[in-house]
Amino acid sequence: MSAVIETHDHDDHHHGPAEGLTRWLYTTNHKDIGTLYLWFSFAMFLIGGAMAMVIRAELFQPGMQIVEPEFYNQMLTLHGLIMVFGAVMPAFVGLANWLIPMMVGAPDMALPRMNNLSFWILPVAFFILLSSLFMEGGAPNFGWTFYAPLSTTYAPPSVTFFIFSVHIMGASSIMGSINVIVTIMNMRAPGMTLMKMPLFVWSWLITAYLLIAVMPVLAGAVTMMLMDIHFGTSFFNAAGGGDPVLFQHIFWFFGHPEVYIMILPAFGITSHIIETFSRKQLFGHTSMVWAMTSIAILSFVVWAHHMFTVGLPLAAELFFMWATMLIAVPTGVKVFNWVTTMFKGSITYETPMLFAIAFVVLFTIGGFSGLMLAITPADFQYHDTYFVVAHFHYVLVPGAIFSIMAAVYYWIPKWTGNMYDERLGRLHFWLSFTGVNVTFFPQHWIGLAGMPRRVPDYALQFADWNMVSSVGAFLFGASQILFLFIVIKTVMGGKKATPEVWEGARGLEWTVDSPAPYHTFSTPPKVS
Amino acid sequence: MFKKVTTTVNKGLAAIFLSIFTSPSFAAWSDLNMTQGVTAISKEVFGLHMLIFWICVAIGIVVFGVMFYSMFAFTKKKNPNASTFHENTSLELAWTIVPFLILVLMAVPASNTLTKIYDDTEGDINIQVIGYQWKWEYRYLEDNIGFFSNLTTDLDEIYNKTPKGEHYLEEVDEAVVIPVGKKIRFLITANDVIHSWWMPDFAIKQDAIPGFINTAWTIVDKPGTYRGKCTELCGKNHGFMPVVVKVVPQDEYDLWVTGKKEAALKMAELTEKTWSAEELVQRGEGIYQKNCVACHQSNGAGIAGIFPALAGSDIVLNNKARHLEILMEGVQGAAMASYANQLSEVDMAAVITYTRRSWGNAENGDGEIVVPTDIVEYKKPKV
Amino acid sequence: MNEGSKKTIRLLCFSVLGMFTFSFALVPLYDVFCEVTGLNGKIELEATTNQNLETEIGRDVSIQFVSHNNEQMPWIFRPSESQIKIQTGKYHTATFYVKNPTNKRMIAQAIPSVAPSNAASHLKKLECFCFEEQELAPGEEALLPVRLIFDDELPDSIKSVVLSYTIFDVTDYNDLEMTDHHDGHEMEASL
Repeated sequence: MSAVIETHDHDDHHHGPAEGLTRWLYTTNHKDIGTLYLWFSFAMFLIGGAMAMVIRAELFQPGMQIVEPEFYNQMLTLHGLIMVFGAVMPAFVGLANWLIPMMVGAPDMALPRMNNLSFWILPVAFFILLSSLFMEGGAPNFGWTFYAPLSTTYAPPSVTFFIFSVHIMGASSIMGSINVIVTIMNMRAPGMTLMKMPLFVWSWLITAYLLIAVMPVLAGAVTMMLMDIHFGTSFFNAAGGGDPVLFQHIFWFFGHPEVYIMILPAFGITSHIIETFSRKQLFGHTSMVWAMTSIAILSFVVWAHHMFTVGLPLAAELFFMWATMLIAVPTGVKVFNWVTTMFKGSITYETPMLFAIAFVVLFTIGGFSGLMLAITPADFQYHDTYFVVAHFHYVLVPGAIFSIMAAVYYWIPKWTGNMYDERLGRLHFWLSFTGVNVTFFPQHWIGLAGMPRRVPDYALQFADWNMVSSVGAFLFGASQILFLFIVIKTVMGGKKATPEVWEGARGLEWTVDSPAPYHTFSTPPKVS
Repeated sequence: MFKKVTTTVNKGLAAIFLSIFTSPSFAAWSDLNMTQGVTAISKEVFGLHMLIFWICVAIGIVVFGVMFYSMFAFTKKKNPNASTFHENTSLELAWTIVPFLILVLMAVPASNTLTKIYDDTEGDINIQVIGYQWKWEYRYLEDNIGFFSNLTTDLDEIYNKTPKGEHYLEEVDEAVVIPVGKKIRFLITANDVIHSWWMPDFAIKQDAIPGFINTAWTIVDKPGTYRGKCTELCGKNHGFMPVVVKVVPQDEYDLWVTGKKEAALKMAELTEKTWSAEELVQRGEGIYQKNCVACHQSNGAGIAGIFPALAGSDIVLNNKARHLEILMEGVQGAAMASYANQLSEVDMAAVITYTRRSWGNAENGDGEIVVPTDIVEYKKPKV
Repeated sequence: MNEGSKKTIRLLCFSVLGMFTFSFALVPLYDVFCEVTGLNGKIELEATTNQNLETEIGRDVSIQFVSHNNEQMPWIFRPSESQIKIQTGKYHTATFYVKNPTNKRMIAQAIPSVAPSNAASHLKKLECFCFEEQELAPGEEALLPVRLIFDDELPDSIKSVVLSYTIFDVTDYNDLEMTDHHDGHEMEASL
């Protein structure tokens, strides 16, 4: 490995973290940066969640009670942007930072200073985005998918800040992904072949390649928007020879791989947790790798399933229908492998396992609604209704978010040296599980019954289940305050954790102390 | 152990599932389910929806069954020594191939139905559908009839001042009227941003894209009133621009067409006649309620900083020429659109007169009214 | 850091730039794709140079002409005939009536759209008012022609085609003195 690191091994001034607040500003340590990302994403989760509370409060009953339609549209737009780019993605990056170097036996990420920059531009980006709420004309109000021309010709002045903000978030993701790929490809301990790598690392390797491929395309899309708005071009303006549908093609070329970017690390996490708490080696390690790879490759050729109603020709609609259905095959393989790992295992139900099992069941339900959506003629009835809202919230909330919570419970003893309070953890789980299902399951029904998306008010036949959904949302929202309490309590103290923490846990991170020393694997371990 | 499902005739499959699962015992679930609709296509779509749904339920039962069984049978207490198997190639191949075959099973009827939907030949009646912020315009191309379709639900109902009616947010002033059994072709576009025209009972949803035209067709078997929605975020009132289609017997349709044509002629007559201020104000109030209250409010006060007040406004009080110009041309850089193409000369004169005479404006201003011939004059070329 | 890492970083940075360029390349690629396949009902905005489109024996196709004014475009714009029956392989001239009823000089751009979209690549035009911007003085009216032909490769399943024109007000884009109108138009709130 690098000669520089070995020298530092003998120098005292790098043994522990710096003192004071500037530690966090200047740190190049992957553990510190992981912590920064995780706390940032938790804060964004609560802010985005507060916006969801405004949305569900308005939808609690028919009629306009709490906000005006213009502001409602700003809430739904920011809720989506913050959850996608501020909560889910940074949380997974935080986990990557904490875990990948330890899991591959590397001392840190490949580019520690760029790592610091990758994080610190995020609060800047979100400050800009959130401050648009106070700008004249209000915040972006065109949905997180910002279709033109609503987001170009008809956008409020804050759209320019929105574009700037997206560019910064994109730069953060791209730099982070470069770091992840270089670290994994070049800094694994001797003896750790690719196929010996843990699945979380695999999931992030694939995710990072997806990010490299598609974040620049998002940057292209928002740059074209900027040019249409300010420089008189007509990328998306029919009058000038452009095409609003072109925007959708470019956006979803990014957008579809993006949703797999938001779930692949979850797959990795789930594999680790189910293996540990079943006390049984994960079934089908190799096919898990192939499944994730196939999903990633397929994700590039299905984007137009978000556009079945724009007037695509029949051949295109058929192709995208079949390709989308095909993704169910590798995804199914993963679900079967997790279940088979549990079969004839020796299972205990600590909080991480509860979240992981709920992930498998509820993500699969989200996958089923996804399969239904893939059927184009049926999609004509589902598209842009609450059926879609139900689908993606199932795969993202009891999907991605539950996996993040599972990861936090699973690895926090390693990060802090303290066990979390198991009873409180289980309480958080059951409240969240109930909340999430009460919120989102009825949304399938109201979508089927005919309620469109992105509306602040609705006809009377949708009233009952909207009320139920809102109650579920309030429950889920409140439960996350409990989660905050649990995390803070654990950071501050608790039953001391052993290095191994969990019986049956495999991987290099469980060979170091809990809490993990500030610098781990300064000398690479031998991997057999 | 592995059932191989062989593919049967597309229609047969859908029909089988459709007949089983639309039997009365499932009617109780109808509130929670997609509509079966009133066309052959919508029923096929419903059949597909139920087919995929039940296949997913079946797969779920198997997979979750094994999982829940494992959760109870293989706890650490009951099974302290976990097995060590961690691969089985033939099993993995099986559960890759079988799902693939199930997908083919689903794809065949789906592709079939989609091909039918795309079978786009001539229609008996062609209706151009144009999405606006925030209403629909319909133009019947053969008979040269055109009208706008606005939400008629009162703002008072929306803001919880009065109880909500039965068709809250699903009622319009002018519904689309079509005859039973004829092939209707919809030519869908938009005037400003992207909207989307959805009729669940016909299983039609096509985006309305400015500058482009999309087509959809239907043949409806059953008379009735069917309600749909705009399904693409299009700005502030995206949730307030419903679609209503009335399907009627052929003779009733013919009567309606005749009525519409006569109304157009009558409108021409009305434009020429002499109107009193009171008649205009009375007519104008209805126009105002339908087109203007969303922004300028029932009391003419607008919303401070966003929509100008009309009550006490200098233009409304003292500047009839500018007032007329604004309604006819819109305001550049603001949300105020031109209403020249949306209101007849009579309606335009009426609504302007109404605002000049309401909320104390009659006493405080010049009280000048605008008559339909003023509008006709305005439209003439000025060289 | 080791050579391997540096190489990977270089490769990834090139990939990022490459994908950004790719997204811009999607724009002309999309246009070419649409023109070649007729996707999205887009048709060429220039005259065909193909001399061999005419045939002796064609089949009947009906064309529906549809017109629309975008946003506040105040012109009167309608097809002279809303539906005609023509033969493939034969040129036909259709006209659209336009009038500028305002007291200002205005310039319009007409944008065509065809449904079904797979008919678009078979529709060729020798002359069309959509090829250029159209200027009308206050009160001026005109009969704008489009000279079109369906080639005989038009799929047999297509018996009826819709040709829609939307006219857009592009006066402001042409008038450099009117820059503040330009900004106003672009910043129109969606409220």
